[in-house]
Amino acid sequence: MYVAVKGGERAIDNAHRLLAEERRGDRAVPALSLTQIKEQMTLAVDRVMTEGSLYDRDLAALAIKQARGDLVEAIFLLRAYRTTLPRLAVSEPVDTARMTIRRRVSATFKDLPGGQVLGPTFDYTHRLMDFKLAAEADDDAEPCERGEPRQDETVPRVADLLGEEGLIEPEVPRDGDTAEPGDITREPLEFPADRSTRLQSLARGDEGYLLGLAYSTQRGYGRNHPFAGEIRMGDVAVEIVPEELGFAVEIGDITVTECQMINQFKGSKAAPPQFTRGYGLTFGQGERKAMAMALVDRSLRAEELGEDLTAPAQDAEFVLSHCDNVEASGFVQHLKLPHYVDFQGELVTVRALRREHERKEATDAAE
Amino acid sequence: MQPNDATQAQDTLDGYNFAYLDEQTKRMIRRATLKAVAIPGYQVPFAGREMPLPYGWGTGGIQVTAAVIGPDDTLKVIDQGADDTTNAVSIRRFFARTAGVATTERTTQASLIQTRHRIPEAPLTEDQILVYQVPIPEPLRWMEARESETRKMHALEEYGVMHVKLYEDIAHLGRIATSYDYPVRVNGRYVMAPSPIPKFDNPKMDMMPALQLFGAGREKRIYAVPPYTRVESLDFEDHPFEVQAWDEACALCGATDSYLDEVVIDDAGGRMFVCSDTDHCTQRTASREAAE
Repeated sequence: MYVAVKGGERAIDNAHRLLAEERRGDRAVPALSLTQIKEQMTLAVDRVMTEGSLYDRDLAALAIKQARGDLVEAIFLLRAYRTTLPRLAVSEPVDTARMTIRRRVSATFKDLPGGQVLGPTFDYTHRLMDFKLAAEADDDAEPCERGEPRQDETVPRVADLLGEEGLIEPEVPRDGDTAEPGDITREPLEFPADRSTRLQSLARGDEGYLLGLAYSTQRGYGRNHPFAGEIRMGDVAVEIVPEELGFAVEIGDITVTECQMINQFKGSKAAPPQFTRGYGLTFGQGERKAMAMALVDRSLRAEELGEDLTAPAQDAEFVLSHCDNVEASGFVQHLKLPHYVDFQGELVTVRALRREHERKEATDAAE
Repeated sequence: MQPNDATQAQDTLDGYNFAYLDEQTKRMIRRATLKAVAIPGYQVPFAGREMPLPYGWGTGGIQVTAAVIGPDDTLKVIDQGADDTTNAVSIRRFFARTAGVATTERTTQASLIQTRHRIPEAPLTEDQILVYQVPIPEPLRWMEARESETRKMHALEEYGVMHVKLYEDIAHLGRIATSYDYPVRVNGRYVMAPSPIPKFDNPKMDMMPALQLFGAGREKRIYAVPPYTRVESLDFEDHPFEVQAWDEACALCGATDSYLDEVVIDDAGGRMFVCSDTDHCTQRTASREAAE
């Protein structure tokens, strides 16, 4: 006898209880604290803050814990919370030249004002399993001495150094750029999208997706001859101008990673040969994402620079419509929701088509 | 007096606004909705919010419902025609928690019905609003992937590609092979995606007394069909539009006029057919039992 899919309510409750149980895991093992996640899973926290577009290490840590370490799920949790928050103020643009630098490398100049600062990077680690970490003696590790961060010192950006000579395009608003930066959380994304809107989409976009697209430009699908002009990571001040004061006050620091790509450009009818820019910025330490973002940003400027549009990474509508992992994850996974009504429609159609096909074959055979 | 199966209004979730969304957001959605009603079938972009349910689960419908629901409303939520499918249960609970409204499974008792993939079998009235969850609001999407192009095509009423597509079906297969999300023309102007309802339901949209609202959350579009508006399913004179029909009747209530789901009942290919609209089926079974 047919048993209807009843009892959805109880099934959901039970599933949620089971989920909570699985999340907790073996109760003989101490529960992860948010502080542990915040202090020891820092790069996961950074990614969740970046793509969740909310700078809050505590909430990001909570989201990671609640999502059982599934970062896309954690990003979704943070986004759904973020959207309920009131917007109290809009900050002034952050000035990354005044960053308190923890890491700064340039691939284009051997030395430069402010110097190269390697900082905490995986770059030159040998990827050998460190079994000492498994032995739980992590706490005994010799603490590393940190250099004094250089306060209140402006470290000019590589792109600015080139700009003085006019070798790189100036960063100025272009045709189609609006005076105020766009905001896709308040206005629906429409095409053509100006650069500020594109950058916002990319900053929120999925790291894996952008990484793949960026890689495709390096392999010839819309090549844009990049050099990593500069990557810097450190703390920048966030300032707002309260209406009643009329001048900027600092409300705190955030850690960001910035990447400025320098790309070759042979010049066009309108512009002399000069270097062009691609820009990437993430919360926390997110170098892979910032670099990928900068490559894709530059790719999306192909039309503006009069380059041939031949590759997926140059197609703003393609890139931006699909870069959000909360949207993508939802729509891909919605296929597991019931579709039996539509499928029944397809069954009816396919059966009718098959009958038609058989009838035709029979007639053909008879002839 | 009519028996009232509706659950009573409840207290709402602490710390959240009525029906979850803040009033500014609701106002933005209502503005988009009013524009949509004023231009039947036209897709109005709106600044869709991230909801606490995933994209693809009905975030567009949920936002529209949240923007139009009031404390006195009685809400019904169906998915595939059924009130008890998990996602319908989840969305109904969401509004019971965040808006504290009364909910019902009876089509006739609901003032607001949110649906995924079906239109109820019982005719709707002027006092009701039907909110559809929409995955892909653009009917031209499969012919032209670019939003910038499809918006132009709508503006210029350039719908040739859609007819070519339907014609190609006929040329290749002898019939139009679209069985759900079958394109319609609204008020003689905009071609519109009716959402993935079976084409069986398309005729119900035409001149429907209830207001029909469509919300696409991920794609950030709202569109509408006002009450008593012409909705024509696209077809050709020599290949008129037709809906699905079954040789079987519903195995539970005996209905021959409803959309049927096929249920596999054993591993020997046994099948049975039952109403996809669970309320329709329940009401028919109840009245049959009462008559006996």
